[in-house]
Amino acid sequence: MSVLAGLYKPEAGTIIVDGESADFNSPKDAIAMGLGMIHQHFTLIESHTVTENILLGLDDPRFLMKLHHYDKKMETLGEQYGMQVTPAAKIWQLSVGEQQRVEILKMLYRGVRVLIMDEPTSVLAPQEIEELFKTLRSMTVDGRSIVFISHKLNEVMSIADRITVLRQGKVTAAGIHTATTSKPELANLMVGRKVLFQLDKTAKEPGDVVLELKAVSSLNDKGLPALRNVNLKVRSGEIVGVAGVAGNGQTELGEVITGLRRCTAGEILVNGQDVTNKSARVPINLGVAHVPEDRTHVGTAPNLTITDNVIMKSYREPPLAKGSSLDHVAAREKAVHLKDEYTILAPSVDTQVRMLSGGNLQRVILAREFSAQPVLLIAMQPTRGLDVGAIEGVQRLLLEQRDAGAAILLVSEELEEIFTLSDRIAVIYEGEIVGDGVEADAQQVGLMMTGGKESSPEGTTS
Amino acid sequence: MTSNEAEKQGSSRRFQLPFQIRVEPRLEVPRWLSPVVSLGAIITALLLGGLILAFVGGNPFQAYAHIAKAAFGNLGVLSDTLVKATPLILTGLACTVAFRMKLWNIGAEGQFYMGALGASIVVLTGLVPEDASRFVTVSVMLIAGVVFGAFWGFIPGWLKARLKVNEIITTLMLNYIAISLTNYFIFGVWSEGGFQMSHTFQRSAWLPRLADFAEQMPILRGLTTHFGLVFAIVAAVIVGYVLYRSIWGYEIRLIGDNPRAAEYAGINITRNTVLVMMFSGALAGLGGMSEIGGVVHRLQAAISPGYGFTGIIIAWLAKLNPIVVIPVAVLFGGLILAGREIQPAGIPRLIQGIILFMLIASDVLLRYRIRIVRRAERV
Repeated sequence: MSVLAGLYKPEAGTIIVDGESADFNSPKDAIAMGLGMIHQHFTLIESHTVTENILLGLDDPRFLMKLHHYDKKMETLGEQYGMQVTPAAKIWQLSVGEQQRVEILKMLYRGVRVLIMDEPTSVLAPQEIEELFKTLRSMTVDGRSIVFISHKLNEVMSIADRITVLRQGKVTAAGIHTATTSKPELANLMVGRKVLFQLDKTAKEPGDVVLELKAVSSLNDKGLPALRNVNLKVRSGEIVGVAGVAGNGQTELGEVITGLRRCTAGEILVNGQDVTNKSARVPINLGVAHVPEDRTHVGTAPNLTITDNVIMKSYREPPLAKGSSLDHVAAREKAVHLKDEYTILAPSVDTQVRMLSGGNLQRVILAREFSAQPVLLIAMQPTRGLDVGAIEGVQRLLLEQRDAGAAILLVSEELEEIFTLSDRIAVIYEGEIVGDGVEADAQQVGLMMTGGKESSPEGTTS
Repeated sequence: MTSNEAEKQGSSRRFQLPFQIRVEPRLEVPRWLSPVVSLGAIITALLLGGLILAFVGGNPFQAYAHIAKAAFGNLGVLSDTLVKATPLILTGLACTVAFRMKLWNIGAEGQFYMGALGASIVVLTGLVPEDASRFVTVSVMLIAGVVFGAFWGFIPGWLKARLKVNEIITTLMLNYIAISLTNYFIFGVWSEGGFQMSHTFQRSAWLPRLADFAEQMPILRGLTTHFGLVFAIVAAVIVGYVLYRSIWGYEIRLIGDNPRAAEYAGINITRNTVLVMMFSGALAGLGGMSEIGGVVHRLQAAISPGYGFTGIIIAWLAKLNPIVVIPVAVLFGGLILAGREIQPAGIPRLIQGIILFMLIASDVLLRYRIRIVRRAERV
């Protein structure tokens, strides 16, 4: 989509607009051809007014802003599409839904004929979604086209005329008429059913409950509910896979367990001990390892060396700690040993980790977390962005930990991975566990992931 | 080859040098590189300064020789240079500690004043009796200076940790409060005969000076270097241990580089923010105490010609290495001293500025390798 909006250049192929091939060097070129994009994260300047944001980058008010004149223009434009806006309001004063309207107005003002919207509903309240849909319909009546990107099947079925399914950058089905398809069919196309390679997984009887979540709720960074009443158990020697589309509360789930985010309700027990809203140190001391989702911003300190990064969790204890001193020789030895064992490719353990590739960075994190022989392992998207060989390596390591008796909570967007590795599967959708202990059935899981569980599969909407 | 293509090549060749300069990021920085680059930067700065001197009609060689003589020429001026360097080492260390955690404490000046005030209070209020031994008096002064400085670091540290108040603003503003507070005492409470200064401290509150031992060793006669230098060097060693060898130092580095990773590793950032600011303030406060006890021997206005701010520059020039802070502070102390000797007085400042500029610019050479690659001949 960023290619269409002119943010990235295509490596191969051509884009055809109105029968002519187009070559975009910037979003400006794309807008000139009538293609505009609204990103999931808005591109607005918070301290400027609505009008100022819409005019940003345009040549028209050349020197004097003449804001009043343009304020009127914006208001009329908004009314034309049934959108109420206060042109003189500053962006930070607006709700998320209103901000989105500003984004839409920005594109309309630039005369965009095809509007691309990336997950526009993910930040909206149900009522705001209705309003958005109204606006979108009035735009299509006006002769404009909309590309609506979403993982929520209900929405797609209700707003779209035609549907294209993308999976891992490839079109798996194009231009299906909404009237001729159904939610289960779409879910199938989205998840696919191929298994790339088979790992030897031995059957294993799970042991005692290590992790237990009782009715846990929590908020996301924006203060909206991210987890709702989550109940979950993970036993030793078992991998519980959490399937779900990104942004449905997985990040927050990992963070509440590891003490990085507060719960608003509920209880979290590790080996029977209460860790609810304790500092991150408490779960670490209880043997909880955490492979975080964000390797560069959370998992590592980029300007520190490999040595400093692998001791991040163990530096407080002997043999690394000696009184108030840190034994650098022991730390370095440990790093050299781990670098070998986990085949971290780097000139030496003194290399700053920002120089490492994604796969090697992940190995640094895995080396640190796995070498502590955890009783519980929270693995967030452990193979994301890695190449096939590296993926297999990581998956083998996870199985090794399981066989060694660790309880593993595996959060992944790759269904294949969940199916290959997990002993049990839980599906998360909008912060709720909608299926726990599901037997492997890709279609069913796919449907639950996209919120299609509740309503019966039917195909006649538009 | 079509004529069009040939033309293209011809036109592009016109703009090409026979070699190409490539800037590549370094994977690893060899240990020897940093000092070599810094030395190179200082030499370049001196050359540039010399060019400017020559341009305005001065003789750079004479000027440099004079500066060197005025700052390091004989035992007497060398001792004076060390006196100037003492507070600079301590404020430089204060900034080093805070900057390591990316806490921008620019309040070393205020913490320095508070240290001086604290040390004065215990003497002037008679908290330590006048007939107490020098050891007792100085020890109490030391503790008071450190505690007052630490308190002046605690305020912005707590505000930052609890309320996320920007420490740059608070530390800067606290400087003015500290200076005004000191002024209140010297204008009002302890003003001696209407002059803006307290009375001179009793001898037992003076830090020992080299000159004090002139009777045993005549060579020390008139040398002003005082015991504060020992405090400064011991402080540098302690800071060096904390930053490079201790567990706390590791935590400070981790928080400084990536606070989210530190939090993920279970480190209490709130607590460390307060502690590091207090440590930083304590070092600057010790500087104030040592200046009062070692040089002025009374509380008066303008005890610092901006030591706290120069400390920021020194910390950066030393690349936040506490041991390197010592020679850098001595160099700056020398330049301050030379500024009194040389006319116009701006010359040492000019050189200071160019050195700073060059050292900061030279950082690029540490992070990137610059290679000159010969363009392949076209066949």
